[in-house]
Amino acid sequence: MTKQFRVLYKVTIIILAILAAMLIGSIILMTIGADVFKTYRVILFEPLKTTLQLTEVLIRAIPLTIIALGISVAYRSGIINIGGEGQMAMGILGTTAVALAFPELPKPILLPMAILAGAMAGGVWGFIPGILRAKLQVSELLSTVMLNYIAAQIYTFMLRGPFLDPAELTMGSGTPQSMRLSTGIWLNRFLKGTRLHTGIFFALFLALLIYLLLWKTNYGYKMRAAGASARAARYGGISVTWYLVIAMVISGAFAGMAGAIEIAGVHRRAIEGITGGYGFSGIVVALFGGLHPAGIIPASFFFGLLIVGADMTQRMVGVPANMVNVLQGVIILVIVATKMILADPYLMERVWRKYQGIGKKHVEVEA
Amino acid sequence: MNFIVNILSLGIPFSVALLIASLGEMFNQRAGVFNLGCEGIMAMGAFLGMLVPYSIGQGGPTSGMYNVLGLGLAMVVGALLGIFFAFVVVTFRAPQGIAGIGLQMFGVGTAGTLFRHFIGGTQSVPGIGNFPIPGLSKIPFIGPIFFSHNVLVYLAFLFVPLAWYILFKTPWGLRVRAVGTNPRAADSIGIQVNKVRYQALAVGGALAGLAGAYLSLAQVKMFSDEIIAGRGFIAVALVYFGHWHPVKIMGGALLFSLAQALQLAIQGQGINFPYEFAVMLPYVLVIIVLAFSRESQLLGPTSLGIPFNREKRI
Repeated sequence: MTKQFRVLYKVTIIILAILAAMLIGSIILMTIGADVFKTYRVILFEPLKTTLQLTEVLIRAIPLTIIALGISVAYRSGIINIGGEGQMAMGILGTTAVALAFPELPKPILLPMAILAGAMAGGVWGFIPGILRAKLQVSELLSTVMLNYIAAQIYTFMLRGPFLDPAELTMGSGTPQSMRLSTGIWLNRFLKGTRLHTGIFFALFLALLIYLLLWKTNYGYKMRAAGASARAARYGGISVTWYLVIAMVISGAFAGMAGAIEIAGVHRRAIEGITGGYGFSGIVVALFGGLHPAGIIPASFFFGLLIVGADMTQRMVGVPANMVNVLQGVIILVIVATKMILADPYLMERVWRKYQGIGKKHVEVEA
Repeated sequence: MNFIVNILSLGIPFSVALLIASLGEMFNQRAGVFNLGCEGIMAMGAFLGMLVPYSIGQGGPTSGMYNVLGLGLAMVVGALLGIFFAFVVVTFRAPQGIAGIGLQMFGVGTAGTLFRHFIGGTQSVPGIGNFPIPGLSKIPFIGPIFFSHNVLVYLAFLFVPLAWYILFKTPWGLRVRAVGTNPRAADSIGIQVNKVRYQALAVGGALAGLAGAYLSLAQVKMFSDEIIAGRGFIAVALVYFGHWHPVKIMGGALLFSLAQALQLAIQGQGINFPYEFAVMLPYVLVIIVLAFSRESQLLGPTSLGIPFNREKRI
């Protein structure tokens, strides 16, 4: 098998995969009678046209990066965390609780405390499925989904009850939201006229942290070993169950921090619908970014673009914003299938033989 | 006494969507495929089931026929989605858990997109009305509990013995169990493992579609983005809880729906209990049930979640 053939084979498969994903998306778009090319153009390029839209893309990319980093830690340790949504909601509650309890504290104390509270609340929400999987073999796929629904209910309960804005009670518009949080937890918006906040540097810092953790420490090595081959890792003296739990706690803490950053930077109060699918999009970002911080950062920008772009399609081409979920679902399916195709040596061998066969026939004809 | 009759007569129709979807998932898992995308297929089924009577039926004297058409469309598209999933996880052998999440997002997203385009807001349909069985429904207590429901309720409970018969007494059922337990052995006696898995996923998908359509046509009588509310995932959990056996799965579905009916009845009595905690009850129950049924996982199909590769040497 020649080297050129290997490269050609892989590139062809990746191109086919992208085409397949776009084709499936197009089928849905054609069903609703939308202009396929125009829709893709709006989703992919329209948000890049103005600075304001571009910063909105970056704002979406911040929580996506943080959640995806956590999910890739879990994924690499052999546990799939689809509970990002719930962990983020719990993180928001933790941050809000601290911000409401100590509004007078100065920023250098309150802000780290609030983010830490968010991380801890999310971490606890990740610990539950982790320990259930480690000790009782409960599938984390089901337990994290259930914890998402539970967290969503706790979240609305807190917003309607203990955290409800006192002004809402007197005014009586009935919007379930907390009061505006103390300025002590506000992240600076450093670009005038936009909402872009310093959380972006925090996200980049976390990406570096995860890179160092996974590839430069003993801990990370053991986690990756546990995920790559649980049996071999156990034989090598690594306590696989312990690292599963740790990975889930980290994963949950990251989703919690994403929530903390989101309210400290964007909303500055807890309102309904903040999580809005970030937990699920984070999975797509993590997979698309190859479960590596260096890939996750561009991937989260790309999916931030899709989310902002999909918001614009409603207005510009009449395609509902839900289209972004369709695309994300298709992208997951295509990525996991493509990964398996690329990793299948037998298939490559077969294609190679066929390729050679074609070559031989040509030779015979020429002779 | 009246209170108990109320709970039971409310709980039994609630169990239908869970029951049908879990029976479908049971066929998937018995064939060795873990389909977490059940939720997405149900969402598509719920949308399509309602679409037909909503767009062409609009009430009318023959609306019954449109309901049947809607259910049929939901099943056909459900089966197609099952085949699509099979293409990813059986042919390409992709990891089933994460692929299932992909299918779930795809299904829920597609249903939401199409719903906004074809229906728009909260629109209700007349749906499938109740059909009390003449005579039997007049029996005190038993009548209102068992014989005063819509046709699909009776059908769903007939599916239980039917699923049992298909799984344990027909050659196809034997093949399904064989490819889920030991695909290599099944392959060696000439069973086409991947073909049987495709068939099982098509059946499971059709049933998930039907379960979704039941929700939008018979239970809620409208569509919303949250209509499935995790029932697809609960259905997957019920298959574990029910030890991959139709009768035990029915028990699990009834347990869940009766808990839900009880919660609604308690709310109706005006007992002050935060609404949100009542809603989260079934999800908490799933986690508890899964935590305490770990021995049962030993009874599961031994090749569950493992793609079959004929060319791989062991």
